Amino acid sequence: MASTFNLNIVTPDKDFFSGDVDMIIVRTVEGDMGILRNHEPVVAPLAIGSLKIKKTGGSFEEAACSGGFINITEDEVTIITDAAEWAQEIDVDRAKTSAERAKKHLESAGEHVDILRAKASMARAMNRINIVENKYHHER
Amino acid sequence: MAGVGTRDIKRKIKSVNSTMQITKAMELVSTAKLKKNKDRLEMTRPYYETVLKTVGEIMRDADIEEHEYLSNREISKSLYIVLAGDRGLCGGYNINAIKAALAHIEDPSKALIIPVGKKAFEFFKRNEFEIEKEYLGISERPEFADARKIARLAMKLYSQEKVDEVHLVYTRMESTISQVATRLKLVPLDVEAVAQEVAEVADEKASFEPSAEVVLDYLIPKSIESTIFGGLIESSASEQAARRNAMENATDNAEEMIEELTLSFNQARQSAITQEITEIVGGAEALK
Repeated sequence: MASTFNLNIVTPDKDFFSGDVDMIIVRTVEGDMGILRNHEPVVAPLAIGSLKIKKTGGSFEEAACSGGFINITEDEVTIITDAAEWAQEIDVDRAKTSAERAKKHLESAGEHVDILRAKASMARAMNRINIVENKYHHER
Repeated sequence: MAGVGTRDIKRKIKSVNSTMQITKAMELVSTAKLKKNKDRLEMTRPYYETVLKTVGEIMRDADIEEHEYLSNREISKSLYIVLAGDRGLCGGYNINAIKAALAHIEDPSKALIIPVGKKAFEFFKRNEFEIEKEYLGISERPEFADARKIARLAMKLYSQEKVDEVHLVYTRMESTISQVATRLKLVPLDVEAVAQEVAEVADEKASFEPSAEVVLDYLIPKSIESTIFGGLIESSASEQAARRNAMENATDNAEEMIEELTLSFNQARQSAITQEITEIVGGAEALK
């Protein structure tokens, strides 16, 4: 019996992922949520975090997700996010520089610095770094 | 004197020819750019269509009556985000978008404009419209971050009650030969229209985590961002398509003109030769 469902992940610049999967674990603003086939229809905003996709065959793929929302309907799951990249595609150096930059912005916290934006940028960068480091950690 | 007429025509042919070379080159450039922007449009269409579809589904299921971005208030000021190009020589592209905005503005003193693109900015400035902030140099290659900036500014003005509604004017790309300037109301969101897009009704209503209000608080700004982004991308593809068409027509017209000029050049030359022969023959006759 097939226990897969159709998952679509769309970002502004491309269709990030589209296909049948066994399970996906997302981080919503309320906490992690694992979704299997025949899940109740739910709509929830996503936090900055990772998407863990279990493909048919059991292998897990991990991707960084910069917030968005998930829409679970009877026959498919749609994730809409501002940006997503696979763990192996993450540019760690870039993430590190942007974390540095955000840190500087936060430290210099003056009138002109948008604290919320700097914090969000920091969170996104840290998320990317964490995902890559965890991945290597698992492989070791 | 023979020769003057032909020399003038020759000069004219030369000038038309060099104009034609320019329009031809511009046509080729915008054909290449059009292809790029069209590919991009195809990649982004699914994104904002999905966002709008989802918002529609949620509106249908949520039964929310009161929300900041949904309720109509009395309109004393309207914000218009007008998307046009930075450059001219693209037929009616810029002016059509501007006209689409003007058609809806009844009282210029009640309108606030966010022009995107130099052409729109110059027009509204010249005509002394109130301009909130202009965005230049983004219309050829719009990024999602640009759309977000514009959306945030619009939402800020709306929540501070500086404006009571927000309209977006963009040029929809119907096909390579047809682009339509379109106006859309962004805020307050037209629930009926959005919900109508989603035709079939699901048997099971979706639940919202943590609550419908929280989801909508997130989703409505998102849908505004996506709509603006979609509009930017559609407009940039339309601009290239419009320019390509304009340049193609210009090249065709130049070719036609050269043909006509060549004809009259040949006629003038022929009549000069005929005249010369007549003169020689006449002179020879006289000597007899």
